[in-house]
Amino acid sequence: MNDGKRKVVVVPCSGIGKSFGSVAREAGYELCDELRPEATQLVALSKLVLGEEQAREHVRQSPAITIDGCKLMCAAKLVKHSGGTAREVAVQDVYRRHKELKPDGIAELNEAGKQLARVMAEEIAAVVDDLTGCDHA
Amino acid sequence: MSNESQTSNAVGLLQRKVGIVACSGEELAEGTVTRLATLKVLHELRRGGTVTICLPLFLAGNEGNRKFARSHPTITVDGCDLRCAAHGAEMYSGKPAASIVVSDLLAEHGIARPEGRRCLNDAGRKAVEITARRLAALVDEVKGKRERVAVADGGDAQQ
Repeated sequence: MNDGKRKVVVVPCSGIGKSFGSVAREAGYELCDELRPEATQLVALSKLVLGEEQAREHVRQSPAITIDGCKLMCAAKLVKHSGGTAREVAVQDVYRRHKELKPDGIAELNEAGKQLARVMAEEIAAVVDDLTGCDHA
Repeated sequence: MSNESQTSNAVGLLQRKVGIVACSGEELAEGTVTRLATLKVLHELRRGGTVTICLPLFLAGNEGNRKFARSHPTITVDGCDLRCAAHGAEMYSGKPAASIVVSDLLAEHGIARPEGRRCLNDAGRKAVEITARRLAALVDEVKGKRERVAVADGGDAQQ
């Protein structure tokens, strides 16, 4: 349970050109919809591009985690640009440790890509627990 | 300018691809619709005639990314009335040649609001089809306008 504490804001990249972007998005959904729905809140990166005030307020006032699909690290940069501080996670870093899970496909990820997203989400869930002081073990 | 370079410029404009920028909004099913419709146009309906760029690159990328919409006619596709893609593209790059808002398009077609941001329901899948078809029609329209302008410019210059 989150006990009324501020939720952790999760900002995945919106990468549309590469499979790694889709893995970032899928990991965000796995984390926020399945693993830690009560402790997290997904914020659309497009709102930060627009400078939408409510989204900016969320990332300024809450602990945040960014999930990026490429070295340009758009999600991390935009959270900083919005005045927030985030724990930064990159798909490539997780993939380097799980080379057997090579993602393919963008609109529809292959099974390895989905599995990589699940592995990432589980790792990020531990970061959420750290940020919220909850123990899900 | 020589006739040859005028012809070359006209051909360049004729061949120039149309850029599609989706909001990809992660919070709403409509955002997923924008993403899947864009990919359908890019990979199936207008393969070879379209390109895409991640919306956040307008702000987080380099000048080359920001020049994108200045050097390509661009169509934005947004999930909701916030119109992040249209406003974002205009703020950081250039005014889009055309824009779509999925929620408006679905209202126009009397289709129920899509559900399932991670895995779209039937209404969502139908929304992808309708949005992709509208996008493809806009791509043709935008390319047609560019072709007419290119031909007219070339023709005038040669007279």
